[in-house]
Amino acid sequence: MIHYDKFTLENGLRVLVHEDQTTPMAVVNVLYDVGSRDENPAQTGFAHLFEHLMFGGSVNIPDYDEPLQMAGGENNAYTTNDLTNYYIQLPAENIETAFWLESDRMMSLAFSKKSLEVQRKVVVEEFKEHYINKPYGDVWAKIRELAYTTHPYRWMTIGKELSHIENAKLEDVKAFFFKHYTPVNAILVVGGKVTLAQVKELAEKWFGDIPGGEKYERHLPQEPAQTAARKLEIKAKVPLDALYKSYPMYPRSDRRYYAADLVADILGGGSSSRLHQVLVKEKKLFSNIDCYHFGSLDAGLITIEGKLVKGVKMEDADTAIKEEIRKLQSEDINERELQKVKNRVESMLAFEDISLLSRANNLAFYELMGDASLMNSEFANYDQVTAEEVHAETLALLDDKNSNTLYYYADNQ
Amino acid sequence: MNRSNAPAIKDAVEFDVLLKPYEKFTLDNGIPVYVVKAAEQDTLQLELVFPAGSWHETESLVATATNFLMKNGTAHHSALEINEAIDYYGAYLNRTCAHENATYTLHCLSKHLPALMPTLQAVIQEPSFPEEELAIYKQNMKQRLVVNLQKSEFVANRYIDKYLFGEFHPYGRVSSMEGYDALQTETLKTFYQRHYTYNNCRIFMAGNVPGNAIDLLNERFGKAQWNGNSHIVKPELPIQPAEEKKYRIFNDENGVQGSIRIARPFPNRYHPDFSKMLVLNTIFGGYFGSRLMNNIREEKGYTYGIHSQVHNFRQTSAINITTEAGRDVCEAAIVEIYKEMERLQTELIPEDEISLVRNYMIGAILGDLDGAFHIITRWKNLILNDLDEHYFYNNIRMIKEISVEELQHLAKLYYNPGEFYELVVI
Repeated sequence: MIHYDKFTLENGLRVLVHEDQTTPMAVVNVLYDVGSRDENPAQTGFAHLFEHLMFGGSVNIPDYDEPLQMAGGENNAYTTNDLTNYYIQLPAENIETAFWLESDRMMSLAFSKKSLEVQRKVVVEEFKEHYINKPYGDVWAKIRELAYTTHPYRWMTIGKELSHIENAKLEDVKAFFFKHYTPVNAILVVGGKVTLAQVKELAEKWFGDIPGGEKYERHLPQEPAQTAARKLEIKAKVPLDALYKSYPMYPRSDRRYYAADLVADILGGGSSSRLHQVLVKEKKLFSNIDCYHFGSLDAGLITIEGKLVKGVKMEDADTAIKEEIRKLQSEDINERELQKVKNRVESMLAFEDISLLSRANNLAFYELMGDASLMNSEFANYDQVTAEEVHAETLALLDDKNSNTLYYYADNQ
Repeated sequence: MNRSNAPAIKDAVEFDVLLKPYEKFTLDNGIPVYVVKAAEQDTLQLELVFPAGSWHETESLVATATNFLMKNGTAHHSALEINEAIDYYGAYLNRTCAHENATYTLHCLSKHLPALMPTLQAVIQEPSFPEEELAIYKQNMKQRLVVNLQKSEFVANRYIDKYLFGEFHPYGRVSSMEGYDALQTETLKTFYQRHYTYNNCRIFMAGNVPGNAIDLLNERFGKAQWNGNSHIVKPELPIQPAEEKKYRIFNDENGVQGSIRIARPFPNRYHPDFSKMLVLNTIFGGYFGSRLMNNIREEKGYTYGIHSQVHNFRQTSAINITTEAGRDVCEAAIVEIYKEMERLQTELIPEDEISLVRNYMIGAILGDLDGAFHIITRWKNLILNDLDEHYFYNNIRMIKEISVEELQHLAKLYYNPGEFYELVVI
C-alpha cells in the first residue's frame, strides 16, 4: 500500500506527496502529458529532442545541472510514445533546489540556439548508437510501420528519420514548449523525507505563479481494427534469422488489459513459459524466444520475438509458434499456470515498490491514467482475472488475422 | 522572490554518511551469514557466493558454464521443473560469474522463502549437468556471440581488455566459438565439486528477513558438509600487457559510429592512490557534469555519452574511457580526451568545481545507501575483498578532504597520454 496525499494548485498543477521517513533522500518527479504520439508526422522525434533541450538552461538559471550537483543531487529524464518524465533525487535537506530548478524550466526555457544545435547532434548520435549501428536496431521501426496504419504509434520515440531531427527549428521548440509544458498539463510528485505541509508551501512558493496554460486535448487518429494478417520480409546484415509476430492489444485503461497481459506472460514470460519450453528446449527451433508488450496507454502490441537456430527454416519456426498458440486457444487455462503468472505480477509490483524513485514515477504514471490510487488496486485487478477471461483473450487477441509478422533474414552474401 | 538566486543548500560534505552495520550469524557447519534487515518492505534478497569465478578455471568458459548450468537440472528435477518451481512463486534465481567469485541470487516475496528453499538447496548441492542442457547452452551462447561480434562496442571491450591484461589472463580472456565447443560436462562437474563446497560458501541476506530465516538456512545449508571440504588456493597469474599502444580496427565497413576506448593499467583498491583516483576520475569523466561530457557531448555534440571509469578488479585494475562517437569525429574526440587530461595536469581544479564534485559524490553515496539491498551490496564488496568499514569511511574522508594540489599531482602521475592504449573499432 503506497500512501500519498494530493492537492491541486490554482493554476491546475496536480501535486502528489508520498512521505517516507525511513530514507534521508527526497525525489521530485515532474511528468508532462506529452509523448511522441502527439507529434506532427512530418516532425517525428521532436518530443524526445525537446527533452534534451530541457537541460539547456531556463529563463533565470543558465545551467540546470551544476546547482543540482552542488546540492548533492542527480537527475535524468525519459520520453516514451505516451509521456515525458523528469526526475531528481537529492538529500532531503536540499529539496528546495529541486523546486527552484523544476519551476523555472516550467516557467520558460532560455531557448538557446547553441543548445539546439548541439543537442540535435547529440540525438543524431543517440539515433545511430541505438538504431543504426546495432544489428536488428531497426526492427521496431519496421514493426510499428507494419502494425499501425494510422495511429501515431507508427513511429518510434527517437523519430522516423534523422532528417526530422536535423531540421528542427527554434520556433518549433518554442511552440511545443508553450503548448505542452504548462502546469495544467503536468503532474508533480514529491516523495521521501518530506512532509505534506512543507511540500504545500514549497509548491505554492515556486510553482504557484506560473500561468496555468491551456489543457491539451488529445485527438489522435485511431487505428482501425485489423482485418487481415500482414507480413513483411526483409534482409539485413545480421548473422541470424529472426522472427517477430505482433498482435494489437487493448489500451492501458481497458478492463481486458489485465487478462491480455497475463496471456503474454503465459505464452512467453520467463524460462518456464510455453514458448521457451517447447520451442527452445524441446524442438530447438529458437535460441531465444519471448512474448512481451510495452504497457502503452493507447492500444499497444503483444509481440513474440525470437532468433532462429541456424539452419531452421523461417516458415517452420512460424508454424511452430502458431501451433503453440492454437494449443493455448484450444485448452482450458490451467489453474496453476494462471496462479503462477499472477504470482509473478505480485512479485514484480513488490520489487518495483522498493525504490523511492520508482514509487514516485509510478504515482505520476497512474495519476496520468486518471487516478494515482489505481496504483494500489493494480494487483487486485490482476488477481480478479478468471481462467475463462484469459481463455477468451487467447482467442480474441491471438487470432491469425490480427497478426503482423516480420521475417528478418540474415543476408549472408 | 528572485528566481536567479539559488535557495540555500546544506553542503553534502557536512552530511554524516553512515553505513548501517550488518548482523552476522554462523550456521552449524560454519557458513557465515551476513544480514541487513528492512521490515518495511515485503521482499527478500538471498545470495550465496563461492570462489568460483573465471580466475579459477583452467579451461576457458568453464567457470561461467558451470555457474549457468547448475540451475538446468538436478539429481531429481529437470530444468523445466526447477524453472516452474521458481516462477510459480514469482521469484527470480539469477546467477552471475565474475572474475573471482560466482554467485546465486534469489529474489522473492519474503512469505515464499520457505517454499523456495528446497529448490535452492537442490540447485546448489545436487546439480546434475545434463548433456542435453549443455548442448543447448553451447548452441545458444555461440549464436549470441555471433550477434554480439557485430557490435562495435562489444568488440572494442574485448580488445581493450586483451591489450591491458593479455589474452591468457582471466581479465583479458574472451569467449570464442572454440571455447564453447570444447566444453564437456565432466569438466563442469569437476569444477563444480571443487569450488561449490560448504566450506567455501558465504551467504548475504537483506530485506524483510522472516524470523525463522536462519533456521531455514541451517536446515538446508547448515547441517551437512555438503559437497565436501576443499581448500582453494588462488593461483598467481601475472598480466601480460600489449606492447603496441595504438589500434584502429574495422569491424563493419559501413559502420556509422566508432567505439573509442582509451585505457591504461592502474593499481588495485589496496593502493593508496585508488580512493584518490575515484575523485579525480569523477571530475574527468565520472558523472554527467564531467569535463569529458561537457566538452565532447555538451560543447561539440560528437557523442550521446562519454564515460571514464576506474575498474575495481581485485588483482590489478585499469582506467578506461569509453564512448561511441560519430565515425568522422572519432579522431577529433580522441584529441579532446587527451587535451582534458593535459588540462588536469597543468591547471589546478577551480574551487567551485571541486566543491561541486565533493557534494555530488557524497549525495550519490547517500542515495546509493538507500535500502537494505544497496547496503548489503556495499558490505558484500567489502567482505569479499577482505576489507571492513574503515575502508568505506576512508573513501568518504578522501572525497571530503583531498586537495586540488594532490589531484593535480595524481593527474601528472596517471594522465600521461603516451601511457594509454588507444583503440577505435568501427
